[in-house]
Amino acid sequence: MVNQLLFLYCALVIIGTALLTVRFKNPVHSVLAVLVLFFHMAGLYLLLNAEFLAAIQIIVYAGAILVLYLFVLFLVNLRQEVKVERFVASHRLSALVSICLGICLLAILPFFKLGAKGNYPVGRIEQLTHTKAMGLEIYSTFLLPFEIAGLILLIAVIGGLVLARNDKEVAENELSDSPSAGTCEVQE
Amino acid sequence: MIPLSWYMALAAILFSIGIYGFLVRRNIIIMFLAMELMLNAVNLNLVAMSHYLDSLRGQTFTLFIITVAAAEAAIGLGLVIVLFRNKRTVYVDHINELKG
Repeated sequence: MVNQLLFLYCALVIIGTALLTVRFKNPVHSVLAVLVLFFHMAGLYLLLNAEFLAAIQIIVYAGAILVLYLFVLFLVNLRQEVKVERFVASHRLSALVSICLGICLLAILPFFKLGAKGNYPVGRIEQLTHTKAMGLEIYSTFLLPFEIAGLILLIAVIGGLVLARNDKEVAENELSDSPSAGTCEVQE
Repeated sequence: MIPLSWYMALAAILFSIGIYGFLVRRNIIIMFLAMELMLNAVNLNLVAMSHYLDSLRGQTFTLFIITVAAAEAAIGLGLVIVLFRNKRTVYVDHINELKG
């Protein structure tokens, strides 16, 4: 009973903040609404006995990814966003499409059947603790995907560095540096 | 005990809201946020199913999805910065050079 109430509270907050995220005029308010959403998502993970994932959700999503979004929002100018129209011209059609999709997804749900049970019942996870059970699974069955995830992070680091470098400024600096260096030598 | 269908219904609703935000907003950063909403809906589905199936596969998948989402956010926002530097705009309907 308490669990169901907790679920309903988290679900209501998640749906509400998700709607606010896509409706808010100011992008900073949107990011803050997503922050609340991520915390309640972590609450749902706790209800599902996935405490490691709840911690990861808060640390990586709320702590790292959203801060990245806020930084980029501050680099891009905000002033006009509050005045400018925030929706594309065809937003009524888009709303219709997404509502139809939602109804279709909900209509499909009753026909879902659970597959065969795995070998990690709740009791065993509780006995091992969730983090250890996840570690056992990752470092045995999912070792190769784990390595690939590391590679993807490396690519993200290199890609971020390459994209954020300002080629024009670098070129201009080199251009302006070399003649001035030349004139210095001439003066000397 | 919470039925599995509640979680799946919540995930479906959250996914549709994400699609709505992605289609409706002009600001490309908010479109990325809507994509994060969709990823979270999928994550919720995976974690719920792995709990009800007594398996850890879905939760491991969720961990990998979070990793890929972090990489995607880093590169996507880097692209947004390059876009803003070259065109001085983050509105998708201003970026229409390829439109016939």
